[in-house]
Amino acid sequence: MTTYQLSVNGERKDVDVDPTTPLLWVLREELKMTGTKYGCGIGACGACTVHLAGIATRSCVVPVSLIGSRAIVTIEGIGNDPVGRVVQDAWVETDVVQCGYCQSGQIMTAVALLKDKSKPTDTNIEESMGGNLCRCGTYMRIREAIKTASAQLR
Amino acid sequence: MRALIRAATDRKLSRRTFLRVSGTAAGGLFVGLHFDLPPLLREKQGAPKVYPPEAFVHVMPDGRIAIVVNRVELGQGVATALPMILADEMDADWSQVSAELAPAADVYKDPVYGFQNTGGSATIANSFLQYRELGAKTRAMLVSAAADRWHVAPEQCRTANSVVYGPGNRSARYAELASAAARLPVPEKVRLKNPSEFRLIGKRIRRLDGRAKSVGAQKFGLDLNLPGMLIAVIARPPLFGARVKAFDDREVRTMSGVRDVFEIPLMTGSAVAIVADRFWTAKRARDRLKIEWDLAGVERPDSAELFTRYRQLARTVGTVAVNRGDEGAMDRISTSNRIVAEYQLPYLAHTPMEPLNTTIRFDGDSAEAWAPSQFPGYDQAAIAQVLGLKQQKVTYHVEFAGGGFGRRQSFDSHVQREAAEIAKRMRGTPVKVIWTREDDVQGGYYRPMFVHRVEVGIGGDGMPAAWKHVVVGQSYLAGTPFESLLIKNGVDFDAIGGTEDTPYLIPNFRVSAHHPKVSVPPSQWRSVGYSHNIFVIETLIDELATRAETDPIAYRLKLLPPNALRLRAALAILEQKSGWRKNLPPNRAVGIACTQYQGTAVACAAEVAIENKRPKIMRVSVALHCGLAVNPLSIENQFQGGLIFGMSQLLPKGVITLKDGRVEQRNFDRLAPPYIGDAPLRIDVHIVPSAEPPTGCGEPPVPVISPAVVNALARLTGKRYRSLPLLAL
Repeated sequence: MTTYQLSVNGERKDVDVDPTTPLLWVLREELKMTGTKYGCGIGACGACTVHLAGIATRSCVVPVSLIGSRAIVTIEGIGNDPVGRVVQDAWVETDVVQCGYCQSGQIMTAVALLKDKSKPTDTNIEESMGGNLCRCGTYMRIREAIKTASAQLR
Repeated sequence: MRALIRAATDRKLSRRTFLRVSGTAAGGLFVGLHFDLPPLLREKQGAPKVYPPEAFVHVMPDGRIAIVVNRVELGQGVATALPMILADEMDADWSQVSAELAPAADVYKDPVYGFQNTGGSATIANSFLQYRELGAKTRAMLVSAAADRWHVAPEQCRTANSVVYGPGNRSARYAELASAAARLPVPEKVRLKNPSEFRLIGKRIRRLDGRAKSVGAQKFGLDLNLPGMLIAVIARPPLFGARVKAFDDREVRTMSGVRDVFEIPLMTGSAVAIVADRFWTAKRARDRLKIEWDLAGVERPDSAELFTRYRQLARTVGTVAVNRGDEGAMDRISTSNRIVAEYQLPYLAHTPMEPLNTTIRFDGDSAEAWAPSQFPGYDQAAIAQVLGLKQQKVTYHVEFAGGGFGRRQSFDSHVQREAAEIAKRMRGTPVKVIWTREDDVQGGYYRPMFVHRVEVGIGGDGMPAAWKHVVVGQSYLAGTPFESLLIKNGVDFDAIGGTEDTPYLIPNFRVSAHHPKVSVPPSQWRSVGYSHNIFVIETLIDELATRAETDPIAYRLKLLPPNALRLRAALAILEQKSGWRKNLPPNRAVGIACTQYQGTAVACAAEVAIENKRPKIMRVSVALHCGLAVNPLSIENQFQGGLIFGMSQLLPKGVITLKDGRVEQRNFDRLAPPYIGDAPLRIDVHIVPSAEPPTGCGEPPVPVISPAVVNALARLTGKRYRSLPLLAL
């Protein structure tokens, strides 16, 4: 066990865990922040996506020992970000979610995309969102919500 | 399940088989902030005849209204649709309405089938009237309470937005009236609204859980956190049915956080459970645990070998399920007017995004369980059996589910049984069992593989005159509580659903089935037998239309009986809305497919191109007839998503294969269901306007997409693709 000082959604959090523990499980089990989801554990489905120093990152494959001082932002904190708030509102307005389990990861990935490119093309959307699996198949509305958010971000 | 439900609906089985009604429930009582099911109801057997509002509606002092949903929310929108239905008849203020999922209890059994279940696209079909009546009764009680207070007749009062209005500008909020209303008897009969009076039903209403699920606040079963809770993972055998011979846990027991390691029985074979304080600890311990498996004599199913065996079986007539007309008709049709087609369809995994999980705390003389489940009553009974308790001693909470698609509706409740075995050993401590994605992908309970062999004799008019169809594949229901009801003369009606009940007019028609036994556990996969039967039927019908040089929609309309009203209407709307299919860019083609599932008719047109030797679905138009569309927005979502779910079996990495007994896929690396890049850019959904009783929309979209795509490919390439997934074109 090792103690780590993490910055999560702007707050300092101290955790005492095995260094190999993926960030996902630190968030979910140590910090009880369950908005970030376990879907595959190998970085293949995107349900666990968080922002690490602003970059959309699969938290299920990043050991806590490699995080250092980089800021972590999760679905619970992204609403404090102006782009994050717009994207979450667009998600609600577009009625994107079905089961909703993958949507934290979808939203975190979409926010990172829109911060990078505020006017993404269909190809940009497909490339950025291409690794986020949704078994309910909400992809039509994910595209639509990203465009709605984009229109509000001018 | 579909067959089960149809059997019940058709009254082929006595209703009494499913409905063990035992008297009426107690009178009405609204409760305050906390929902607590009256013990009286919990003890009763069977579904009650009268559904007391107090078990379904809670008017809180601050005006909020909680509506209890007798199904699990899997994403399909029941936790919005059922509250809409009740709130509409109740004249409740929608902005104050929230949904709660019901625990396992008799009062929450499906009012038609008599067991608590979310499946068969049955929620809206079976609970529409139930929830309307509940809403109307609640409203009537609130009105009576107001009328009593004002000494006026109830008829002098009206309601709107959670307020009762009486003569002389009097008004009272529902919240003020709730406790008085609770003391009144529940009315036996109430007037229901005319459709013109609906304020919520029929409107495009956004999901109640949309915000919570967009901000990470929605709790799913996997998110449950209880004081002192431990986590378990299970090391499963490499072959289905294998047993633990020995295991060495000395090393893992020294790991910090590991609490216990022990063998548990599975439905077949056995496994080793690892209990730890954290998931990561349990998972790492599992990786290090040394287990010797007894593999001697254990079956080693292999997809290629099974297909060979199935193809051989398909050359012989199976147990006959349907035999209409003249069996000799085929012989009178020349071989040049016959098509012989053989289809191979793979195992399919549901892989709901939320991995399987169940949490149980066993207290010796009682237990409490939490699970995202489509079959709460059966799970509750299974847990009770493992723990040696009466069913009523197990409190079973239904949690929000991150997808289901049939995977959380297992007839053997194996997920819950395994969790109960662990809880039994860990008495007094809540233990959450988590399936890793690898456990899920490799864990069986797949849509079984099937081979179909069909001989079609074409009449002089280009229409099918004789049809001989052999279906080969595992039974869904053998060995389940429903076996005696739905396997008739050895034929599993869930396996042949979509073929045996085809609405097409085929005069000489025989369907038979073989159900080989294989060690891979099968299960219902969204749309059950229709997922493969409709692929076969609809691609063959398309082939016949092409041979007859007839438009595929016109051909289908010609082949449908006049009373196939819903399908005809769906096809007609599709025709009308898919004018674009007459005006395609070069190197594009459109394929058509249709079906009617659990009363809902679907017709689909898919525009397809070929890119990099793969089909690229450019655009889809789908028309449907589901009776009254309770929430058109939700239906649109279900259809868009359901079509994409149905694409899984087209994708080369969308399916499950076995080699020498082992599942070749492990996780979402070698198994790749549709991602956003696979999805069409556009799916238009057209709903046939109707005031008929509503039917379900969860499964109906799934079966049509694969045949529609393959029919388009046939137009592009001239080839008929009869095996899925589609490999390089």
